[in-house]
Amino acid sequence: MREQEDYYRDKRLSVLSKTERRFLLGFFIERGSQMIKISQLSKRFKLGMEQIDAVDQINLTIKAGEIFGVIGYSGAGKSTFVRLINRLEEPTSGSITVGGEEMTTLNKKDLRIKRQDIGMIFQHFNLLWSRTVSENIAFPLEIAGVEKAERNERVKQLIDLVGLTGKEAAYPSQLSGGQKQRVGIARALANRPKLLLCDEATSALDPETTDSILSLLVDINKKLGLTIILITHEMHVIQKICHNVAVMENGRIVEQGAVLDLFSNPSHQVTKRFVEQVMGKPDEEVTDETLLQSVSTGKLLKLQFIGESTNQSLISQVAKKFAIELNILQGNIKQTQAGPYGSLYVHITGDDQLVDEAITYIQSTTVKVEVIKHG
Amino acid sequence: MAELFPNVDWLDLVVASGETLYMTIIAMIGTLILGLILGLILYLTSPDGLWENKQLHFIVAAIVNIFRAIPFAILIILLLPFTTFLFGTFRGSNAALPALIIGAAPFYARLVEIALREVDKGVIEAAESMGAKVSTIIFKVLLKEAMPALVSGITVTTIALIGYTAVAGMIGAGGLGDYAYYYGFTRRDFDIVFVCTVLIIIIVFVFQLIGDLITNKIDKR
Ligand SMILES: Nc1ncnc2c1ncn2[C@@H]1O[C@H](COP(=O)(O)OP(=O)(O)OP(=O)(O)O)[C@@H](O)[C@H]1O
Ligand SMILES: [Mg+2]
Repeated sequence: MREQEDYYRDKRLSVLSKTERRFLLGFFIERGSQMIKISQLSKRFKLGMEQIDAVDQINLTIKAGEIFGVIGYSGAGKSTFVRLINRLEEPTSGSITVGGEEMTTLNKKDLRIKRQDIGMIFQHFNLLWSRTVSENIAFPLEIAGVEKAERNERVKQLIDLVGLTGKEAAYPSQLSGGQKQRVGIARALANRPKLLLCDEATSALDPETTDSILSLLVDINKKLGLTIILITHEMHVIQKICHNVAVMENGRIVEQGAVLDLFSNPSHQVTKRFVEQVMGKPDEEVTDETLLQSVSTGKLLKLQFIGESTNQSLISQVAKKFAIELNILQGNIKQTQAGPYGSLYVHITGDDQLVDEAITYIQSTTVKVEVIKHG
Repeated sequence: MAELFPNVDWLDLVVASGETLYMTIIAMIGTLILGLILGLILYLTSPDGLWENKQLHFIVAAIVNIFRAIPFAILIILLLPFTTFLFGTFRGSNAALPALIIGAAPFYARLVEIALREVDKGVIEAAESMGAKVSTIIFKVLLKEAMPALVSGITVTTIALIGYTAVAGMIGAGGLGDYAYYYGFTRRDFDIVFVCTVLIIIIVFVFQLIGDLITNKIDKR
């Protein structure tokens, strides 16, 4: 990747126009290669005498084709961070490379062209109400100077992609929130960007609409291999669609990693609170007296699922293999992009030896077993 | 009719109405252009604007405020030497145009500025994030999104202009104001004043109606 980039920056290729070079470069941005590299990125706002480090020395790499979540409470600096990436906000210091190109040194004109490679969607959709759905989606194409015939063709594809067929001539005021965000997404994808920035894209939507927009984003991510950076203050958004996540507080990234790792092993206080948002408090369940009292014979097991979607049929497998009774008492399993995560409390009864065999079998899978109580 | 309005010369009245319409429409076009330019400058050069520029903003704001503060009747008199220089006379409908435009444009400029401020910042930001040039943002976002407010603004301004044309009539600009004053008021033929007033009211209503119709048609919010 590095070599290829250098190659195309080589003097021999200086005969190519900037656009042509960028086009060639695009071929080498493959899934898994480095899409974004951010180092020592800071943004300081001055409000009179006061100074706010909205973003404070952030380092981050994001791979091509990944859905990267940034979560934090209000005022953590998430919006500022994402706006620094396409320089809607000018960085105070630090460096940002997108697809191998340094953003911070681009002049105005090159920045404008580069921005056409970076789609952005917003919490409040930010559609032009004076334009129809089709015209809104065509707007970035007009900006990029795409011919009218090609524009109409592309708009059709996009309307199809986001599921807005039949709404082409509607004005934004005639659409629901979810439909507006679909227009926003189609518009952001119009110029075939390699990166999509989403600032609280679902925060203005009800839970069901949120889910439909999130699946659309996953769909796009898979279909187009698009890299997505997703800002949110809701952990379930991260849980549902992100591969990796960074937790922000006071302008800094306090913890980052794969979503499952953060769920199973949150180290920072803020992360723990976010995990509790979707999983509930971890020890609350165990001390549930009624749960314990319901077990007088057999064993009470806690099964922990971390990732591995192959474990999904585990319970039925165990029930088939062994002549025992399995009774699910309580459970909390969430689906993440890396498979299910969470725990089940299972009451297992039957012949003592068979019960032990079943437990040994479960232990041979990647599911963690804990015996909470012997009956 | 002849008994009710014995002194009204209907042909003269048609000519006077024509002059009023002529002054109003030409001055409206001039005001629209000048007001849009001034309003855009005010908006773009304001703090946090796309072309933030303190000095230019201050100068334009000062000019707009000063000319808005001068009563129209006095503005005409102040501009007499200027119009005389331009047209060789200060009488007639054309000679009234500079005063009408200079009187109305600053008012419209403020309305333009307010209309542009009402445009959602997020939408401008969205356009920037797509890589739009400032000129694209002005013509395809700002002016388009503000269009209903710009149209209702020019409607209000035009109605004020119709009033101004009547004032300009006092110094011989022609039109219904002129006719009402010289043939009606100075000769104590109040039937003339009455008919002229009714005609002016009708003209005002027609402009208001057209303005409202256009505003409603383009407002898709
Ligand atoms: N233009 C600005 N001028 C001054 N301070 C700003 C500006 N923009 C943001 N800030 C400050 O920077 C900090 C981070 O703001 P930011 O909007 O990035 O937070 P956020 O994490 O997106 O919060 P939210 O979830 O509420 O959107 C806040 O303290 C905010 O007051
Ligand atoms: Mg925010």
